[in-house]
Order: sequence, then C-alpha cells, then structure tokens
Amino acid sequence: MGEFKVHRVRFFNYVPSGIRCVAYNNQSNRLAVSRTDGTVEIYNLSANYFQEKFFPGHESRATEALCWAAGQRLFSAGLNGEIIEYDLQALNIKYAVDAFGGPIWSMTTNPSGSQLLVGCEDGSVKLFQITPDKIQFERNFDRQKSRILSLSWHPSGTHIAAGSIDYISVFDVKSGSTIHKMIVDRQYMGVSKRKCIVWAVAFLSDGTVISADSAGKVQFWDSATGTLVKSHLITNADVQSIAVADQEDSFVVGTAEGTVFHFQLVPVTSNSNEKQWVRTKPFQHHTHDVRAVAHSPTALISGGTDTHLVIRPLMEKVEVKNYDAALRKITFPHRRLISCSKKRQLLLFQFAHHLELWRLGSTVATGKNGDTLPLSKNADHLLHLKTKGPENIICSSISPCGSWIAYSTASRFFLCRLNYEHDNISLKRVSKMPAFLRSALQILFSEDSTKLFVASNQGSLHIMQLVEGSFKHLHAFQPLSGTVEAMCLLAVSPDGNWLAASGTSAGVHVYNVKQLKLHCTVPAYNFPVTALAIAPSTNNLVIAHSDQQVFEYSIPDKQYTEWSRAVQKQGFHHLWLQRDTPITHISFHPKRPMHILLHDAYMFCIIDKSLPLPSDKTLLYNPLPPMNESDVVRRRTAHAFKISKIYKPLLFLDLLDERTLVAVERPLDDIIAQLPPPIKKKKFGT
Amino acid sequence: MVEEESLRVVRCGGSELNFRRAVFSADSKYIFCVSGDFVKVYSTATEECVHILHGHRNLVTGIQLNPNNHLQLYSCSFDGTIKLWDYVDGILIKTFTVGCKLHALFTVSRPEDSVFVIINKEKPDIFQLVSVKLPKSSSQELEAKELSIVLDYINQSPKCIAFGNEGEYVAAVRDFYLSVYFFKKKTTSRFTLSSSRNKKHSKNNFTCVACHPKEDCIASGHMDGKIRLWRNFNDDKKYTYTCLHWHHDMVMDLAFSVTGNSLLSGGRESVLVEWRDAAEKNKEFLPRLGATIEHISVSPAGDLFCTSHSDNKIIVIQRNLEASAVIQGLVKDRSIFTGLMVDPRTKALVLNGKPGHLQFYSLQSDKQLYNLDIIQQEYINDYGLIQIELTKAAFGCFGNWLATVEQRQEKEAELELQMKLWLFSKKTQGFILNTKINMPHEDHITALCFCNAEKSEQPTLVTASKDGHFKVWILTDDSDIYKKAVGWTCDFVGSYHKYQATNCCFSEDGSLLAVSFEEIVTIWDSATWELRCTFCQRAGKIRHLCFGRLTCSKYLLGATENGILCCWNLLSCALEWSAKLNVRVMEPDPNSENIAAVSQSSVGSDLFIFKPSEPRPLYIQKNISREEVQWGVFVPRDVPESFTSEAYQWLNRSQFYFLTKSQSLLTFSTKSPEEKLTPTSKQLLAEESLPTTPFYFILGKHRQQQGFSPCWKTSRFLNETSKNELVQLPLTENIPAINELLHTPAHVLPPASFLCSMFVNSLLLSRETESAKEIPEDIDMEEEKESDDSDEENDFSEKVQDTNDPDLGEDIIHQLSKAEEKELRKFRKVDYSWMASL
Repeated sequence: MGEFKVHRVRFFNYVPSGIRCVAYNNQSNRLAVSRTDGTVEIYNLSANYFQEKFFPGHESRATEALCWAAGQRLFSAGLNGEIIEYDLQALNIKYAVDAFGGPIWSMTTNPSGSQLLVGCEDGSVKLFQITPDKIQFERNFDRQKSRILSLSWHPSGTHIAAGSIDYISVFDVKSGSTIHKMIVDRQYMGVSKRKCIVWAVAFLSDGTVISADSAGKVQFWDSATGTLVKSHLITNADVQSIAVADQEDSFVVGTAEGTVFHFQLVPVTSNSNEKQWVRTKPFQHHTHDVRAVAHSPTALISGGTDTHLVIRPLMEKVEVKNYDAALRKITFPHRRLISCSKKRQLLLFQFAHHLELWRLGSTVATGKNGDTLPLSKNADHLLHLKTKGPENIICSSISPCGSWIAYSTASRFFLCRLNYEHDNISLKRVSKMPAFLRSALQILFSEDSTKLFVASNQGSLHIMQLVEGSFKHLHAFQPLSGTVEAMCLLAVSPDGNWLAASGTSAGVHVYNVKQLKLHCTVPAYNFPVTALAIAPSTNNLVIAHSDQQVFEYSIPDKQYTEWSRAVQKQGFHHLWLQRDTPITHISFHPKRPMHILLHDAYMFCIIDKSLPLPSDKTLLYNPLPPMNESDVVRRRTAHAFKISKIYKPLLFLDLLDERTLVAVERPLDDIIAQLPPPIKKKKFGT
Repeated sequence: MVEEESLRVVRCGGSELNFRRAVFSADSKYIFCVSGDFVKVYSTATEECVHILHGHRNLVTGIQLNPNNHLQLYSCSFDGTIKLWDYVDGILIKTFTVGCKLHALFTVSRPEDSVFVIINKEKPDIFQLVSVKLPKSSSQELEAKELSIVLDYINQSPKCIAFGNEGEYVAAVRDFYLSVYFFKKKTTSRFTLSSSRNKKHSKNNFTCVACHPKEDCIASGHMDGKIRLWRNFNDDKKYTYTCLHWHHDMVMDLAFSVTGNSLLSGGRESVLVEWRDAAEKNKEFLPRLGATIEHISVSPAGDLFCTSHSDNKIIVIQRNLEASAVIQGLVKDRSIFTGLMVDPRTKALVLNGKPGHLQFYSLQSDKQLYNLDIIQQEYINDYGLIQIELTKAAFGCFGNWLATVEQRQEKEAELELQMKLWLFSKKTQGFILNTKINMPHEDHITALCFCNAEKSEQPTLVTASKDGHFKVWILTDDSDIYKKAVGWTCDFVGSYHKYQATNCCFSEDGSLLAVSFEEIVTIWDSATWELRCTFCQRAGKIRHLCFGRLTCSKYLLGATENGILCCWNLLSCALEWSAKLNVRVMEPDPNSENIAAVSQSSVGSDLFIFKPSEPRPLYIQKNISREEVQWGVFVPRDVPESFTSEAYQWLNRSQFYFLTKSQSLLTFSTKSPEEKLTPTSKQLLAEESLPTTPFYFILGKHRQQQGFSPCWKTSRFLNETSKNELVQLPLTENIPAINELLHTPAHVLPPASFLCSMFVNSLLLSRETESAKEIPEDIDMEEEKESDDSDEENDFSEKVQDTNDPDLGEDIIHQLSKAEEKELRKFRKVDYSWMASL
C-alpha cells in the first residue's frame, strides 16, 4: 500500500441545509427531497439510494411542498407563491406558475395524478389541471379563514381534507364546498395553547381522516360525520408530518422532538375482522424536527432540520436480508464539492453561495507511521468568493495549476484568473462569456490547465482553450440525436487526448479531444455511474457504479480490460458490495500504474491490480499487518483491496504527489454544533 | 384442657401475605391471599380477616377463583394438592392430589375441568406448565393424575405466565424471550429480544407478563423498567410491539383493568402507574405506597385494585386510584436490630418495621396494630444508599416511655447518632416525641435499659456505649418557668478502665445497675451511682446480662462469647455456678423466675429453661430450629394456661416467641396439627349446604314455623342450640341472635326496616316450646372460637344477600297472620331507643 504523508483537512466548514419535504414515487422507486435552501435532490432507491440528480437552490424559493404527478413529473411549491415543474432530463426548471394566493403551504395531486391542488396563505384552495406540457388553473374551492397547511385527497378522488389552524375542513371536489369543519382541541396537557396548527392530514379510503397537530396529537376523524374517533397524544412538541402506506395498513408520523412514530393497523383479536390503529415503535434517528416523512412499501423515510435523510427498513416487509435491510443515513451529497490544485497545494471548497480557496499547511518534521506532525506553516484561507444573486452554485473547479477558477450557477457561468505575487493574490474575472454558456453541470480542467471542459445542462459538452487571461471556444459536442440527457460526470485523460462523460442513466461516452469526435460508448449498465477517471499512460477508464461495482475499460482497445473481466468473473467481496455510500472519487498513483485509489464517505481504498482478489472467505477489512511478521504470512493474507477507515466522514481524498495525500473530513459533531438547538427534553437522572 | 401432647415448635402468624398475587372475590367484597400454609379471606371494606382456610400441609403457592362458580376458590400448595374451597363458609369442598410440588395455579373458564399448574419434575430448576384434568366425582378426596405439558422450561414465578383471550393462548416469559402457546393451533411462537452485552440491551430481561382481557395484546415488563405491548403475535413475522417507559427500575408486576382500557404497573419506585389507552403520555400515578410493589391484582368487578408490597402489606385501591384499605402483616422486609419487645400497654410485639419505623404487631390477631415513625424522614428507595437505621428501642415505666436510638454511618469516622425519648400520650393514645438527644455517646450505643422498679420516683434510663462510658439519663424539669415541661438530661457518666461498655441491666427493684465492660461486670448502686463490686470471670466478653426475678433476685446471670453461662450471687459476691453453653438469646420471663436461653450449635438451636437458683434446667427442647435464633421474648398470656406437666409449667403464664435468621416468628404449642384441621371438615359433614349464621337462626326458625323450609330438617345442632337457649333464656340480652345482630358490622347488615320485622318475629316465636334435648358438644368449636366468630359474621352477611331478594322477603311477610301483623304494627310504634343504649 505504501506510506503517505496525509494532510488531514478539517476546516471545510460545510453544513448541509435541512430537509423540508420528501416525496416518494412508487412507480419509479425514486425519492424527491427538497431542502430549506430550495435545493431539490432525486434519490434512486433501486440504485442503492444514490443521489442521481439535483436542482440547485434559490434564496427566494423556499420549498414548502413537493409532489410527483402523473408520468414522473415533479412539482414543487413554495413561499414565493409559485408552482414549479422540474425537467428531470435536462436538470433545470421547466416553468414557474404563480398561484396568486400568497405563499403556498401545501400541495398535492389527485390519486390519478391529473390534477394539482395547492393550499395558500389566504385560505384558498386552488385546483390546477395538469396538461402535458404545463399546468392550468381550474377553480377555487370555498375560501377558508386561515392558511391551508396540509391537504390530502380521498383515494377515490371525491373528497379533500385540508388542515388549517384550529380546524380541519373536508371539501367535496365536485362542488368545491366545505362539507365538514372539524375543530381540533387546543388543549395541550391541560393547558390551552394559543393555536393548534394542523401540520398534516391524511385521508384514508374508509373515510377516516388522520391529522397531526402542534399539540402533539395524532387524531382519527370520521369524515362522514365529522367527529373525532380516537386521539393519540404522542409527544409534548409538534407532530409535523405524516405519511401513509399504499395498503393503508401502516403510517408514520414525525415530531419536532426528532422521534418518528410508526402506527399499524392490527386486528383486535386473531379471530375477528375488527382492526384498530396502534402506535407501535418509536424511532429516534433524528436530533431535530422531523419535517417530512415518506412511507415506501418496505421502509420508513424521514428527513428534518438535522439534515439527515434516514431510511429505516421495515424488517417484516423485507423478504431477504440484503442491502435494503439495513438502516441508511444519508447526510452528505453524492457529488464532489471540493477540487484541488496539485501543483500549488490549493483546495477549493464549494458552498451554497460562496467559494473558499485554501492553501494547505506544510511541515518540515518527519515521524514514524501514525505520528501527527507539527505544522510549520498553517493552512491559509486565501480567498472568499461570493456569488452575486440569489442562486446557489451548481459546480466549481480549480485548475491543476491553480491559476483558474470556474464555477456556475443556474443562470451564469463564471471563469476567473488568479495571479499569485508572493503572498498576495489577485483575482480577475474573465468577462464576455459566450451566450450558450449560461450554466454548467460539471466543469473540468485538463491536466496541463490549458483546456476547460464544461457539461452544460442542455446535454452538450463544450471544450475551451485557455490562454493567458482569456479563452477560446474550441468545440461543442452536441448530445446524440433524440436525447436531452444532461451529463453530470466528466473525466479527462492526463495526456489530454480523451474525455469521458456520463449522464444519469445512459452509458459513458468517450470523446477524442484531438479529433473532436465521439470515440466510443461504454455499454450501458443498470446502475448509475458515481465516479469516473482515466488512468495515466494506459488510458484505462475506471468507472464506479452505485451498486459498488468497479469496471476498467480500455479506451484505445474499446473493451473491458483483462483485470475487469477477472473481477466480474469472480465477483466482489460481499462486504464490499454492502458498503452504504457510493464511491465519489477515483484517482491514480503516478508511479504505480497497478494502483487505483478510490474513496467513499467512510473509507478509502487502494486496489492493487497485481494482487489476487479476495474471496468471500477472506477478511476484507484486514488491518495493516505488523511490520515484523514474516513476508510469507503477509503475502498469504494480502489481497487487492487495501482499505483504510481512519478518515470519516471523508468528503474528498486525492494524491498531491507521490508521497502526499490530502483528505478532507467533516465530522458530524461539527455539523450538529452549527445547527439550531434542538427541543430540550428532560432526561431521566439529570 | 386435655392432657397436653408433646411440645412442638409452630409458626405463629406473621407469614408473608405478599407471596402471591391477592385474588378478589367476584363481588369485590373479599380479598384472598396466601399466607404460609393458609389462605386468608379479608373483607375489602373493613380490612378484617373473616376466614382462614386451613387444610394445606405446606406453603400455599397459588389461589384462583373457580371460573365456573365464583363462590368457590381453588388453591394449590407445595404439598401436592389442589383444594377447592367454599370461601363464603370457609369449607373445604374437595381435595385433588396431584403428587408433585405445585408452584403456581391458573384457571381458565374453558375447558371446564382443567386447571393449569407449574411443576418441576426432573431437574431442580426446570419448570413446566402443565394442565391438570380434575376428575368429576362426588367424593372429597380425589386423585388428579392426568397431566399434560403445555410449556416446558418456563420461569417458576406465576408472574411470568398469563392466559389471554379467555384461555385461547398462554404467554410465558423467561430471560430474553416471550413464548406464546395457542391452544387451538397447538403451536408455540417465540419472540426473542436482543440480549447482547452492550449497555443498551443488557437489561432486556423479561420480568412479568399480562394479557389484555379483550384484545390480542400481551404486556411484558422488563428489567430496565420498560413495558412492551406485543400485538399481532400470531404472525411470526408481522408481530410488533410498543414500548412504555416510566419505571427506572425493573417492572415488578403488570395487570390490565377488567375492560382492558388501562394497564397497571408497579415496581421498586413504590408508585402504582396506570397507563390509560396504552399511551405513553396518558398515565396516572398513585405515589408513596411505602414499599416495593410486588404484585398487582384487579377485581373481576373492576371497581378495585390491590397491590402487594414487600413490607408484607396489601393495599386495596379504588378505581379512581385512592387507597381505601391497608391489610398489614408483620413487616419482615429488613433486618431486625431492636430485637423483640413487648409493649406493656397493648401486649403487642414491637420490633423494626418499615424503614425508620417501629411496628406494633398483635400476636393474637396476626395483624399489625400500628407503625410508629421514629426517624421521621422521607425514605429514599434506592439501592446502595446508606440509610439511617433504628438500632435500639426500649420501653420503660409500664409503657409510658419509649427510648429509641438511630444511627447512620457512612464512613468510619462519621457516625451520626441520635437518641429519642417518647412519652405515651393518653389523649392521643400514641407516643409523642419528648426529648431528642444528638450524639448521646461518642460511639455506637450497645445497650439501653429503663429502671422498671415499681417504686422508683424518677424515670431513669441507662445507655451503654462502645466509647467506654455508660450514661444515666433522668427525667427532670425543663427550663420552663412554669415547670410544666419535662425533659431528659444526663445525670451520671460512668466508666471502667476505658473498656467498652457492652451491656447494662437494672435489678428488679431498681436498686442495682449491672454494666458489663467487655469481660468485667460492674455493679453500681443506683441511689448514689457508686461502684459496688465487680465480677470478672475471664471467660470472654459478656454478650448477655440479666438479673434474676422474684425469689431469684439475688442472682445475676451473664453469658459470654466463649460459651460460658455464669451465675453470680449478689449477696456473697461470688460465682454461684457456671455452665458451658453457647448462649445466643437469653430472656427472663417477667412473670416468673424462669429464664430462657437459646444455644447455638452446628446442627441447630436448642432451648433451655432454667431458674437462676438451680444450675439444672427445668426444660430442654432440642433442635427448635435449624437456623440461628436471633431474638426471643416472653409474652405474658392474657389467660393463664394450666399445664399440669412439670416440664410445661413454664408456659403457664407466658409464651415464648422467637425469631430466626430468616425472620420466621415461631413459638411453642402443644396442640396437634390435626386438631386445627378437624373443625372445617366436621362442619362440612354437619351441614350440607346451609351456613349457620345468626341471621339464619332467625330466618330458618321462621321458615320452619311456616313449614316451607325443607332445608331446616337437615341442619343440625347449632340451630338447636340456639333454640334451647331461646327456650331457657328468654331475656333479650341473652338471646344470641340479638347479640350477633348487635355485633355484626353495620356495613353488612340489611336495611333496618326489614331487620326489624325479622327481629320482632324471632321474639314472638320464643313462646313456642321446643323439644330439643341434646346438648351439643362444642369442644371442636371452642378451639376455633376466634375464626368461627368471624365466620359467622361473614356468613351472616352472605345470607343477608339472599334474604334481600324481594320475592323471598315478600313471602315471609305474606306468611304473617293478621294477628301477627297487628302485633308488628304495635311494635313499630314502640320506642326502640333502648337498642341504642345496649
């Protein structure tokens, strides 16, 4: 494996924003998650919960509701009063429609997915018709006195339950009039609270309305008579979200104390048909408010202010013990936020609205394996680059030479030139960007920093020649006819001849940069690509997929390499396949062509292609053998995968030079320390 | 009294009431609890013991109502029998012999002829739940040999077994798993909790289980204080559970209310928790119940709960969580420091009770009279805390004064010591704190004694301590200008060569005080506090010291740790005699010269009764207990016995009680165990079905008069007795019916208007002549006088229920002739105020 000097970087002050909404799509098994900064992420649950796509946030566009409609269309609505539809192919916003009812608090589609219903600040409930390319306002329902915070359709589509402040209304869809108004008790543990906010409602097919409110109650109402059937007081804080399973035999609620409660419909006795809702298990995976929950057929999904997305499988629904049977906690984005300039030892950190440039510290001391070396020069914060406008940064990159920085928001592309004069640094923006370069999904500099590759969200790839202080547009690879799929991963060979690009679903395209044409396409694989890289000298393309498979494809030969075939034949170690975060970065050692370095959030690994592959019986995570042990033993136990779990959660790891690594960690405790304080709970014995 | 048989050691009450769950009768009037070899029936309203069901020859381990006849009770015992009782009359109906030790009993309504018991057949700690088919036959003694195993390898405690949904399934818990056996499907499902050794799950053990009466829901209690509610358990995969967590220590017992709406739980916190709707946020508490809740039971009528506590107490609690009655036995929770004492006023046994309390326990009624809070501080029920202990107590001046010593020692050098003196107040009929002395000595107080001489003008108390001093405390005027308040002050401090004072004792007339300093006994003149003489035998430290009484008052006895018993003559100041005896307990009889000494040997404890004047013992009883005897006391008899045999004469005026290390209170009795058993079985022969109650006498007679009571012919002597009495003694005061009527508790009496006509009728009938001649022998009854009395009371109330039946009452009234009615009317006008004066 070799010995490295490691820069252990912990000054990347990244805090993910809290989760506001979660919407589960049963047909495609995808999960849409919106965050408080307006970012919308799409997770593919079939592909090991890989974050496939994301839409950057916008300061004024706080999402309050998110829902899927017919034909895999995703809508969101927010406090700016607009309904937005997302283009899931081109990865941009299709259109925004103002509902003219003030801030929108809730939105839902009817069971067939043809109509969209929004609840607004002014108490109006508005019905929109979903047309193939847009949405069309249809009519208003009876206006209520206060804002509509939650909405739910009856599965037959005839009635709607709307949660407001202090009451729940039941509407008849045909007439648009209120049938019942069910007043929610304001009492909270014997004390009358000022207001009781109905945060969530769910309409079941038997006419039961389940409500969750700010007094900590989950209540069951009979919508036919408008009466309260049963009340469960479950928490002292607010109950904020509710999600019902499709079979209507279980539902889940999330509370402001971070607890998620599971309710199940169980038979009262084994020999009767009578069933009752029973609160069964509480799950405490969150520290803060659980703002959103979802119920997939096999799992409970919850997300909240503490930024974690938790997928808790229901063991009784899981048939076989596999990857899906384990608890998942997704905290970090599955894309790169950090780029590195090897030559100048610079790190560029990408935040929502700014970039930070740091120079790594250095040391003159030497030590044994495992020693912490004292710094002779501390890390320098060189640059803090704020974006203009409300939009979030989509991607950013620093050139290997360290003299170029490129980044992009949803509407503008920026390129900057850095000049270093001793310790001073000056930044000069390259103006006059071409009109077609409005936004980019991925930016990459070539190894010699002379070329810039930009994947734009129209699916085209642009190649630009960089010259001192300006640039020249060389070529644009247009997407293959008929597809509009955006490319989100790029890799360029160190010699600059080859460019590999991958979208979210189709295979990896390899372009010849010299001849400016498509060289070949790596055959498509079922699972999305999570990382790409081209090895020096051999020009082998290494591809990591979300199911933890790693392929090696020889670009000159246009086929998989022998090693890759051998790996596929034998298969990966079962523990390797069970890791729960995707590989986010691949790099190579310049002097050891047989080595591949890759990492995910909890480990980094060096694959030594010269060594035999581990079988299922051998230890995968073998500790480093002691130095004094005989070579024979070491050789016997050695296998191709050298894994280190020292650094976690690991956001970025790369080789600076032959003997130096840089690892960027972001400890979870540091994130929690920056979150707002959670609701104080009395702990016994304190 | 008949000529006595050999003297035996018998258990005398004070047995555990909290050994098993108490059981309510169907109408919630009675509560049943196991108590040693007996089953006791208490009234829930008056807390009185109305019956003692005896018949078992070993510890009773389970009781259940007969589900098919709620007036009958099943009980099982270590003696291998299941007995069926008519608890209303206290009659044994049937005995089923199973053969092996039965550890617990369960009944279900279906199948009708089976009960379930826990047995262990092969290995000592592998228990099985078996169903026993009870044969149907009219004979009283039956063999029940048809056993079939339901569940194997279960927990021994009946708290770990519960039947649900009217006997469709049974849930059993042990260690980390819950097993559910379905009788219909004949399958067992097993649900295991994680038992890994990490901190989170290490206390997942199941401790108890209960089944919901209406729904398929099992509640289980756990070591870490959690309660889990299991549902869907008929599906091995889809089963689910909810957690309720309030207890911080293990859940001792669980019970569902009759409707299943609420769940009751209790544990060491001594708080009864009611979980309503099985919701974690909806709970009610009944706190400060005094001691760990061991069992919880619910009345079938649903109006009462009861909790059994570790301090041998049963609390009856109403549905609104208000304690309504407390049935308190002898508290045997903790170690006894004070020893056994007798309160001169109430003749009650006094010893350590609840933490920080002295209990006054009536030996006659096997009931705690009251608790005296000595320490008067909140007791914190937590493991590992060093508590204040009540270490010494003594009564003085004929029960007018009580001295107590309490101590707490956390570290070697930090001793907290307090002596309190309590004055008996005639007004409140209780002890009132008079003087509190902080640190009366520098070190532990080893002995405490009052001068109990009759002519002593000033109450005097002597304390001996390890600090080498003994102190004399006298009652003096306090610094009150009106000279009304009195208090205790130290009058004299004595010491002898810095030896530790270990014992002190006043002579009977109070003129001499003996204080032992390790190996040396010193005699002090109590008038001048001068040292008179010393005795030293160099035979080890003095463990016990006492003066002889009455004719032997010139002798002083001392028992040493090296197993020597010495007797000194105070007149000659010389050793009179000595014997080699390892004395553990030495107690003088206050009513005679006798002294009891209990010696300890490797095989057991032996009792010696002797007079100090003679070195030869009067009586020796070998091997009175296999355990070490810790304390003993002579309790004066209310009515002297008349044992003619010389060996038993020492028992004539006092009875000797002793307490062993396992805290069983034992005494000596000559009555054979059979004698105790006979009355009930004879009673059964005597009367087929009708109980004999005073009320029955009145009613039965009346019926016979009217000639419509066929039962009358069958009932025997007791009726006739009353008739005879009626004939012979026409005076109203002597008619037993009237006496009984007036002695019956008011709450079980029928309405006065109804009673009045009955009462008058009984008077009218007395003119009839009766031809009964035989005078029944009532030797059997005499023995059971006390319990029979209560039987009758109890039966009375039951009968009243029957007569309350409007039809019957109407009938009786209709049967009255016109003349009688006229007479009755006349009686109604008569002033009955004389009744109140009775």
